[in-house]
Amino acid sequence: MDFITWATSPWGQTVPIHIAWYLIWVMVIAGLLFMIVHALYVGIFASPRKFVKDDSPAVVAAVPERIPRHSFVARAFHWVMAISMFALLITAFLPKVGIKFDWVTYHWIAGLVLTASVIFHIFHASFFLDFWSIWPDKIDLRDARRRLLRSMGKEAPPPDRFAKYPLENKFYHFVILLSGLAVIFTGVFMMKRVNTLGIFTRNPYIFGDMTWGMMYVLHGLAGVGLIALIMVHVYFGVRPEKLPITKSMIFGYMSRDFYLEEHDPKRWAAEKSSPTQEGYAPSDAD
Amino acid sequence: MAVIRDVMPAFDLLQPSSAADAQKLLQQHGDEAWVMAGGLDSLDWLKDRIKKPKVLVDLSGIDELKGIRSTSDGVEIGAMTTLTEIANHAEIKAKYSVLSDAVAVVASPQIRNQGTLGGNVSQDARCWYYRGGWPCYRAGGNICYADTPMGRNREHAIFGANRCVAVHPSDAAPALIALDAKFVMQTPKGERVVDAEDYFLGPEIDITRLNILGSGDLLTAIRIPSTWAGAKFYFEKVRDRNVWDFALMNVASAMVLSGGNIDRVRIAVSAVAPKPMRLKAVEDAIRGKPADGTTGEMAGKLAVQGAVPLQFNAYKIPLMRNLVKRAIGGVQEATWTS
Repeated sequence: MDFITWATSPWGQTVPIHIAWYLIWVMVIAGLLFMIVHALYVGIFASPRKFVKDDSPAVVAAVPERIPRHSFVARAFHWVMAISMFALLITAFLPKVGIKFDWVTYHWIAGLVLTASVIFHIFHASFFLDFWSIWPDKIDLRDARRRLLRSMGKEAPPPDRFAKYPLENKFYHFVILLSGLAVIFTGVFMMKRVNTLGIFTRNPYIFGDMTWGMMYVLHGLAGVGLIALIMVHVYFGVRPEKLPITKSMIFGYMSRDFYLEEHDPKRWAAEKSSPTQEGYAPSDAD
Repeated sequence: MAVIRDVMPAFDLLQPSSAADAQKLLQQHGDEAWVMAGGLDSLDWLKDRIKKPKVLVDLSGIDELKGIRSTSDGVEIGAMTTLTEIANHAEIKAKYSVLSDAVAVVASPQIRNQGTLGGNVSQDARCWYYRGGWPCYRAGGNICYADTPMGRNREHAIFGANRCVAVHPSDAAPALIALDAKFVMQTPKGERVVDAEDYFLGPEIDITRLNILGSGDLLTAIRIPSTWAGAKFYFEKVRDRNVWDFALMNVASAMVLSGGNIDRVRIAVSAVAPKPMRLKAVEDAIRGKPADGTTGEMAGKLAVQGAVPLQFNAYKIPLMRNLVKRAIGGVQEATWTS
């Protein structure tokens, strides 16, 4: 069972042409298994999380009722990206599993929307937000080790609360960044092979068959990877303990109680929302 | 690419004697089954060893799929009826001559003796890159070799290209669309009847097949309603060799005139797009107008709007314009002789 489909080019060269489509189901099953195992672990086996809490009364008193987490622009980016990502997955994979429709045009248009939104996000996060807030730091790694040891019943100090983003969130962002950039990079070139209403001039000769094949394979692998990633993302988005984070992606802020429970004011200082910029947080990078 | 010819790959040959059995076998073997009617398209694929089915379901022994039957509302033609039988059938010639004219110019007499109506409308694309076994979009690959700056695409599409630019090769298809025929299929969910134009699929929907027949589906008959019996018909096929060739383009029309004006009309062309095209905009534009050269001229210009020629097939635009013109005005001004 090969995970790449190969063909013989007109010049007798064995070239990859795309991934084997059974990988779609592999990723769907992987996503489902992860959700089931995680739900069982959290519901049955995991002990309640315990963080170091050493907030001074002055710090606690200074925390407002609503803590701005995502600016309107950041939320708009997230949901535009989410819609385009769903459109891409639906148009890419439903025809492959037997639901036939005219998908190519919708797919590349959704791809252009995703590309534009990601370019905007990179620019916005780099120059207007705290770029490093979404990348793991030393405390994240130290606390990850502590949490792992404690989950295995071994002695370890309790971890600190999170900064703006939990470590899992940061890892997820990194993986989706890689897979997203892979589909975008390959997808932009692949638009040279379809009719894009004049946006791109068709030219299938810019690469050889082997390079094109690798590009299609990379596009496919990243694409099926996104199936599982998006499934897991939606799963965490609707889990009860994560709902405050999901709501903050809709309304822009989270509650004082949740903030003090999960986030360390020393690592992510809460700011009071201004009447004109409700929801805005200068360290917003998501 | 080296192609081994005449030595077919091994497969299980299944020869059902009823349509129900054939449908069950197709359903049982799914994508591993290949359905063979007259065998003219199938044997090309098999002898070139490009298609390698595990099971071949030969329909030639199913008598119920053969023959032409008069019904209360027209005629029903079994999918395995030969093109020669249709071309010579008295009722078809008298009432639905656009179909007999169309099938009479399919390939050669020998092929028409063996070829069937079901096979003709269900045959695969003739693009030589695809038939040559190259890994193009239609073959499951990621490129159209014909739609490249140097691709040989003289016979390819000027409409409806969507990654693949192969055209539908059937001569009978536009005639059946003009006659508003219904295609009858036995499917795993029971009988399914679709309009002729809905039987064909473009690459935007499914790039690997030309019609809606799915796994386990069997085309059993084509019903021609009496709606267009005795109408004014026109069929013309243009090809490189008049003795034996696929169409560069063909046109079929059915018109009912009232006082010299077009009362009802259906017109379709083939070999211009990945599926036979019914020209609805043209039909709407010419309804109520006289069936003459002026209307034909207008219809021809309208018909080619939106055409996108490839590197070597721009000639298809004036060809289509003139064929449509002749299909309208030519009913009086020109006649087809085979």
